[in-house]
Amino acid sequence: MTALLLLTLLLPVAGALAAVGLHRRSDVAGRVAAVVASAGAFVASVALYWHRDGSGWVSTGQQRTGAPIAPWHQIDVSWASGLELRFHIGIDGISYPLVVLTTLLTLLCCVYTLWTVPEGPRGSLLAALLLTIEVGILGVFLALNLVLFFVFFETVLLPMYAVIAAWGGPARRAAARKFVLYTLFGSVLLLVGVFLVVAATGTAELTELTAGGPSRFAGTLGHGTQVAAFVLLALAFAVKSPLWPLHTWLPDAHTEAPTVGSVILAGVLLKMGTYGLLRVAVGVLPYGARQLAPALGVLAVAAILVGGLVCLAQTELKRLIAYSSVGHMGFVLLGIATLTTTGFQAALIGNVAHGVITGLLFFLAGAIKDRTHTGDLRQLGGLRERMPYLSGLLGYAAIASLGLPGLAGFWGEAFAVVAALRRGGPLWTILAVFAALGGALAAAYFLRLLRHVTHGPASPAGAGMACPPLARAELASWAPLVLLALAVGLVPALVLGVAHDPVQALGEVVLR
Amino acid sequence: MTGRAGVAWLFAAAPGIVALVGLVLPNRARRLAAGLGIAGATVALAAAVALATMGGAAIEAGRRLVDFGGLPVTLTVRVDGRAALVAVAVAVVALAVQVYSVAYLAHDDRYPPYAAQVSLFTAAMMLVVVSGDLIVLLVGWEVMGICSYLLIGHDRTLPEAPRAAVKAFLVTRVGDVGFLLGIALLGLSAGSFRIADVLAAHLSPARLTVATLLLLAGVAGKSAQFPLHTWLPDAMAGPTPISALIHAATMVAAGVYVVTRLYPLFLAAPATLAVLGVVAAVTMLLGALAATAQDDIKRVLAWSTVSQIAYMSGALAVGAAPVALFHLLSHAAFKALLFLAAGCVIHAVGTNSMARMGGLRRSLPVTFGCLTIGLAALAGVPPFAGFWSKDSVLAVAAQARAGGGAAAGWVGWLVWLAGLATALVTAWYATRLWLRVFFGTPRAGTAAHDAPPLMRWPVVALAVPSALLGFAGLDGAFARRLGTDSLVSFDALAVLPLACLVAGAGLAWWAWRRAPATDPVSALGRAVPVFANAFYLDAVQDAAVVRPALALARVVRRSDESIVDGTVEATGHGAVRLGTLVMRAHRGPLSWAAGAALGGAVLAGVAAVILVSSR
Repeated sequence: MTALLLLTLLLPVAGALAAVGLHRRSDVAGRVAAVVASAGAFVASVALYWHRDGSGWVSTGQQRTGAPIAPWHQIDVSWASGLELRFHIGIDGISYPLVVLTTLLTLLCCVYTLWTVPEGPRGSLLAALLLTIEVGILGVFLALNLVLFFVFFETVLLPMYAVIAAWGGPARRAAARKFVLYTLFGSVLLLVGVFLVVAATGTAELTELTAGGPSRFAGTLGHGTQVAAFVLLALAFAVKSPLWPLHTWLPDAHTEAPTVGSVILAGVLLKMGTYGLLRVAVGVLPYGARQLAPALGVLAVAAILVGGLVCLAQTELKRLIAYSSVGHMGFVLLGIATLTTTGFQAALIGNVAHGVITGLLFFLAGAIKDRTHTGDLRQLGGLRERMPYLSGLLGYAAIASLGLPGLAGFWGEAFAVVAALRRGGPLWTILAVFAALGGALAAAYFLRLLRHVTHGPASPAGAGMACPPLARAELASWAPLVLLALAVGLVPALVLGVAHDPVQALGEVVLR
Repeated sequence: MTGRAGVAWLFAAAPGIVALVGLVLPNRARRLAAGLGIAGATVALAAAVALATMGGAAIEAGRRLVDFGGLPVTLTVRVDGRAALVAVAVAVVALAVQVYSVAYLAHDDRYPPYAAQVSLFTAAMMLVVVSGDLIVLLVGWEVMGICSYLLIGHDRTLPEAPRAAVKAFLVTRVGDVGFLLGIALLGLSAGSFRIADVLAAHLSPARLTVATLLLLAGVAGKSAQFPLHTWLPDAMAGPTPISALIHAATMVAAGVYVVTRLYPLFLAAPATLAVLGVVAAVTMLLGALAATAQDDIKRVLAWSTVSQIAYMSGALAVGAAPVALFHLLSHAAFKALLFLAAGCVIHAVGTNSMARMGGLRRSLPVTFGCLTIGLAALAGVPPFAGFWSKDSVLAVAAQARAGGGAAAGWVGWLVWLAGLATALVTAWYATRLWLRVFFGTPRAGTAAHDAPPLMRWPVVALAVPSALLGFAGLDGAFARRLGTDSLVSFDALAVLPLACLVAGAGLAWWAWRRAPATDPVSALGRAVPVFANAFYLDAVQDAAVVRPALALARVVRRSDESIVDGTVEATGHGAVRLGTLVMRAHRGPLSWAAGAALGGAVLAGVAAVILVSSR
């Protein structure tokens, strides 16, 4: 079923080309083309789940091949052998949930763009850029070649810059510049790290590099090289995730980005960092990871606490959600830093949950800002008097985001804490306690947010304006996220079922 | 899964499904929402009664929900006699509240979400009751917290409601930090979160003490025990039926119930039991004294809950879980009755303030009768329910004074003495409430009349167990369901609580008799403001936790913007400035540029010559 794999990646490309091609003749046709293409990609990506056994690379049930990365489907074509670059993509239980999340969020954003286009150039161009970003992100999640991984990692950058710079808020130029320069700085480190590994081992194949596999390369990386390469890669991924204190590009980018940009940015773009950390940095450099895990853990917990405290004193709606992302990604990074299978599982589900919930939160924040023309918490208020449904949805999303058990956000955060405790020892125990306190902090700032936005008398900011009721496009693009947040919360196996075996294998690699 | 396990799941599933449907109903679908809510509670009640009467062996059945790196989380149902009886209490109160709310909130324009949230609340509590897995229990535990938040904030006309709602959730959530860590410790030690596995696991005493103390933090939050009790009185901002729900059978009962669920662990950790005993003694008296000086009828009842739950904690601290559950059940009945009856009073006179009530016994005869039963049960007047269960608590505390049991002797003494003193104070404030509301000259302006039937029936229905449930304590089968051979035992010491009751009620009556028009509380003199403000613990909490946290948040935000982001911005600006400098250097006049180029060429030539010649 390699055709599906190819379709998942090529349909967005086709959609982007069609949207650009059509945008002069008919803007609407371009946007429709984008929706069709992204829907196709979504269907194809979901269908990847089936026929896992057909490709010969079996990784289901109790059967284990012993290889740490055992893709369900893969494509492997030589591209530029001088650079060790091969077009090698594949999908397994770790990448599958993220791939589906990416195609889903892009589809929802395209649907949203069908009706609502932010101020700026034509909507079909925006949709084309969204699809281009999708290609890059999917490539990152699918790449099984380090150099290819880097190429896709970079592909995302410029379209996102364009989305912010062309359709963003009043200070969009500065925010877009900061975003692109900051993350480019991370990319340079990634490039050096990647080629450090490639030069030392002579291969860029992740399946071979991930130590412990049936590989002639296993163990060829010296300890010094591992630590150096891990520092470089971890820094690069920390910028993307983002990890405190390398996070300050995020609030600016989110505040200025158009709604769909924010959704993609928070929903899936950040996940490239955590995914890279888990799959590339930890998988390829287990010794380096073991050496630096405590530092990573401390920074992750610092991110949780700083993110939470800043949110508690934050006065701008989208900035608040952006900082809450810093805290949530802190939990994901803490899970990875524990280097336990429990922590990896927590990180995976935390990633998906954050994508779903924060995606929804940014959709809602965008809807509120569109209607009231302000994001200032002091000027908002009384939303439940004027728009009970929007207010109810915001309440739901906020409650999900603060990690209420029974909704998606809970599993990742609770089990990151469990994983830290599992690691044992004074340091990790203290980290677990502070991370748990960070959870209480999340409740504090989200309830404060709700109190400002939904409760109280109707605000002057929205009072005079016409408040259009929720459009069908809005409901259509939010409903899947609302349902997913509940479904993943009730049945976490939706995400973790497929990830069990590969995570177990990765855990063995790290412990070896 | 056996049929009985399926029935047990129905406890939580019926109200849960109803809640999910109800949450998406439009606001105009009032009748449907009310019907759904009542139906959900009825099904849960039928299932609970079926299991409770069926008896038989405890049920334990489940399946794996997910696996976190070798730590399985299971969807397990674990129902024994205790769980079934508590489930019956929850379902009865929930049903009463659902029916009562239809009339009480007759003019509410957002009834469907309200009814759905009540159902969700019920489902969450039921999940806590039946779950045999600590993580799933935590799901119910926290969902209850959020339901209380939503329902306390339901009344949009009350300016203090949003604040009270946030406070309720946050204070309990702070306790839940400990609860989560405790569960994690237990689960990691046992390699599973199933209660059966956790109880079977062998834990070192130190680990056990730490884990149970952490759990206790969560219990104190949910069950409103000192020092995390501050949210409960403010939660009165919620509609009265919600107060009944929170105070009687859900939320505050959950903490005590969970301790009984994991009781073998607590019994093996005497230090934890001692802490629990101290907390219970402090909370008991604190709650009762605070109740003496409230003017708001609901706040009197709220503080009485704090105090009564502490009786249960006290029983737990001296090693008597069945007795704690006995008091939990009788308290569920009479506290639900008290709140719903108080709601009838409020409905009739349009105010919570007792200063504007008085003389209502003639105009509200049914309410008068029911509230009298409830207050008698609360104060422990024989033969009403509270008499038996409170007496049982004091009896086990008295036995524990000798030491040698689960708890040290001093814990027994402490709980016993505090319990006796509390009995006196309870009788005092119950009598005061009774006299202030129903006797004397009417102070309300309008003509009051009894509540509509939908409100009256649930109140009358709840009066029955409030009056009679105590006799169940004499029944051996009932006692065995709660896990003991006999709940009620009388000895010479049983006279003391009665003496306290008579003294307390007599003092209040005497103070009122002297001056029927004034509040008996004025007899307390200077202590009144201290009691009324509950020893100013709210202010302490504000100064010690809330303000420092907010100040820290402001500092962190400022430093994040000026230092962390400042560095980034400065790097950017620095690079631009450097670029400008270099650019200026390149922008000299032509002669300068030509000179530089020539100089460079000469340098290169010299270097080449030196390199070549040195070879």
